[in-house]
Amino acid sequence: MADEKHHIIPHKTLLMVLGVLIVLTLLSVAITQIELARWSGAAALLLAGIKSTLVLLIFMHLKYDMRIFKVMVGLIIALVVVVMVVTMLDYFFR
Amino acid sequence: MSAHAHRDDIGSKLGMWLFIFTELLLFGGLFITYAVYRYMHPEAFHLASQELDVPIGTINTIILLISSATIAMSITAIQQHKKKLTLVLIAATILLAAVFLVNKYFEWGAKIEHGIFPGSAYLDQLGYGDVLFFGLYFFMTGLHAFHIVIGMVLLGFIFYYVKTDRLKPDNFQLLENGGLYWHLVDLIWIFLFPLFYLIA
Amino acid sequence: MSEKKQHDTPKSYLEETGGRKGIFKWILSTDHKRIGLLYLYSIMGWFFIGVTLGLLMKLELIAPGKTMMGAQAYNATFTVHGVIMIFLIVVPGLPAVFGNFLLPIQIGAKDVAFPKLNLLSWYIYVAGSILVVSSLFAGGGAPDTGWTFYAPYSFKTGTNMLPAVLGAFVLGFSSILTGLNFLVTIHRLRAPGMSWLKMPIFPWTLYGTAWIQLLATPIVGITLLMVIGERVFNIGFFDPAKGGDPILYQHLFWIYSHPAVYIMILPAMGAISEIIPTFARKTIYGYRAMIISTMAIAFVGYFVWGHHMFTSGMSGTALFTFSILTFLVAIPSAIKVFNWVSTMYQGSISTDVPFLWAASFIFVFMIGGFSGLVLGALATNVHLHDTAFVVAHFHFIVFGGTGFAFFGALHYWFPKMYGRMYDKSWAKTGWLIFFIGFVTLYGPMFYLGITGMPRRYFDYLPNYHGPNIISSLGALVMVAGFAIIAINLIKSARSGKKTTANPWGGTTLEWHVPSPPPLENFDEIPTIDKATYKFD
Repeated sequence: MADEKHHIIPHKTLLMVLGVLIVLTLLSVAITQIELARWSGAAALLLAGIKSTLVLLIFMHLKYDMRIFKVMVGLIIALVVVVMVVTMLDYFFR
Repeated sequence: MSAHAHRDDIGSKLGMWLFIFTELLLFGGLFITYAVYRYMHPEAFHLASQELDVPIGTINTIILLISSATIAMSITAIQQHKKKLTLVLIAATILLAAVFLVNKYFEWGAKIEHGIFPGSAYLDQLGYGDVLFFGLYFFMTGLHAFHIVIGMVLLGFIFYYVKTDRLKPDNFQLLENGGLYWHLVDLIWIFLFPLFYLIA
Repeated sequence: MSEKKQHDTPKSYLEETGGRKGIFKWILSTDHKRIGLLYLYSIMGWFFIGVTLGLLMKLELIAPGKTMMGAQAYNATFTVHGVIMIFLIVVPGLPAVFGNFLLPIQIGAKDVAFPKLNLLSWYIYVAGSILVVSSLFAGGGAPDTGWTFYAPYSFKTGTNMLPAVLGAFVLGFSSILTGLNFLVTIHRLRAPGMSWLKMPIFPWTLYGTAWIQLLATPIVGITLLMVIGERVFNIGFFDPAKGGDPILYQHLFWIYSHPAVYIMILPAMGAISEIIPTFARKTIYGYRAMIISTMAIAFVGYFVWGHHMFTSGMSGTALFTFSILTFLVAIPSAIKVFNWVSTMYQGSISTDVPFLWAASFIFVFMIGGFSGLVLGALATNVHLHDTAFVVAHFHFIVFGGTGFAFFGALHYWFPKMYGRMYDKSWAKTGWLIFFIGFVTLYGPMFYLGITGMPRRYFDYLPNYHGPNIISSLGALVMVAGFAIIAINLIKSARSGKKTTANPWGGTTLEWHVPSPPPLENFDEIPTIDKATYKFD
């Protein structure tokens, strides 16, 4: 019943992740200079997705937690995406 | 099993994650609204986005990312028995949040001064796309800012609990939960930023 | 299992006061059992108001033309009737009353994971429900949009929408927190040996329900917040004059409100799944199928919301998708009905009061369910949308479903909750009168709808008069039945004959503790080593 030995994330790792996140942020600003038209939304979301994954896995400790947490987060994200897609079935095909 | 409450840190963490799911769904409804109206008014959204200040938005994004790092680091610090560092990091998180809000205040102020706010006649005559873009902008960043304020209060309490040793190296789930909440606030902004500022 | 007579019999939870007096031993208690009863009393209080509003509608509809109220009053009446019944009664209903009371005991725990949060949920419930009921007396007129608050009327109407919309918003938090609490409770507090697949079906249904409460409610929360934003700031989200899409409101509203009906029905099915094995003295047929069906309903139920919007103007692709998914989600419900009946087959049936409610549940639930399929088919929906047929459908499935299960659960677990038995003759009489009244009240509405009578109208053409008279008289009969039931239970709670730990011969854990249970449910947390629903 005692909790498993809590994994401690070193400061160095956290700061490295922060560095990557800042770089990705600047990158997403930079690519707006490129005329992507229809794909600007997708590109923005892709980079945001990578950033969120880092925040979820490292900052929020998901990588080191019990599997059930990862499963739940994955299912919830999938749920939101599917609900969005089903809603758009109305608007795309009007 | 003794009658005294047996601490269940994992249960506490689970409760916090479940709460985070509700917040994801809450903002999810607004992101659905965004998706629908962006689909219906792509050019108007594209143009309206140019009205937003990308440098300030970028700075705010980075501020929030740093604050996410500081609160994550405070959890490492408390486990390393570094109480003073823990307090400094929590305080830094709150401070960065305050700076974010100040920036937001100026951003909003500038818009409102130019007649751009929900329900304004100026906005109406700009057209449907602008009405919807800025309606979503104010509503979503406003709701987000509200969550930042709540986060600051929550972290304030946690700061106090660490200071008074109610939270300790062997009992810090509340700090972790506060951190999770803070990361959620960060996550939402990670999506708000490109969707409003970077579609120009 | 024989009752243990100890020299120092522990006090029951009703005798434990926690050092508090009078009303404070109730409203400050974090004991899940007291909280369950607090919900029961609040819900029954509001139910009285909701029924009164319903009766007023039936009296108005007993004849064509204005009988006692005009259009505006009628619109307000069906609006507040709906808001009360949905948000104050059936959504909280079974989870808040029986989930709170039974869940910890059935899984072998002393309380829920977060008892103080549990009490807070009730406080929030009371606050939200007061707001909603106050809308009846609000200056500017009671809301008249229907409980669905469709835009743009909901932000254009001059009636005072704020208390009702805000009340519903507040109530959402109560639902979310209860769901959160139950999820952590089930994940973390099951007794040793109580594996997932040994958990009785009622907790399983509470589990599925809790996920819906947690994940779907925030969407209606944000939607109602947006409506308030529209009313106060004129933002434009749903205002066609500003580029907004009223259909988007409907999407967002029903993305919650359809899963909400599964919040209503899943615990109801769970209660039925507890009652039938006990009164058939036979284990539930298809335990695993019941669990998988429960989770399937919870899951697929997220994706069918558009069937409330078939005539709204959605794309053909959306229409087709929602219709086919609606037919799919009916399948697990049908599996459950099959399994209940199969449980009874070759069982040793005792037609005691809870069983009567369970059997009649199956009858009315099936009628409600089949009529749902009629509505779920696109072609028939065009003809029946917004007619009395829809009203019949949801009353059969929600009132018949959740309502009958609620009464069944009440009669099943009453001896456990109060340690007393009610008068069974009066209970059976009440049930019969209620059942007859119910079918008489709602049955004719199917016919009225098919022949074209619209819903939410205070008036109708003279050719609809006959069935309307039958329906309104059925309402009076039903209410008489309800009065008998209520008086019987209220009297018996105070002065009914004291009863044993296990008057029905049930097998789940709550029947192994005294009636009423002691404060912490168990002297010692049990270790589970045998299968559930094992009858000798």
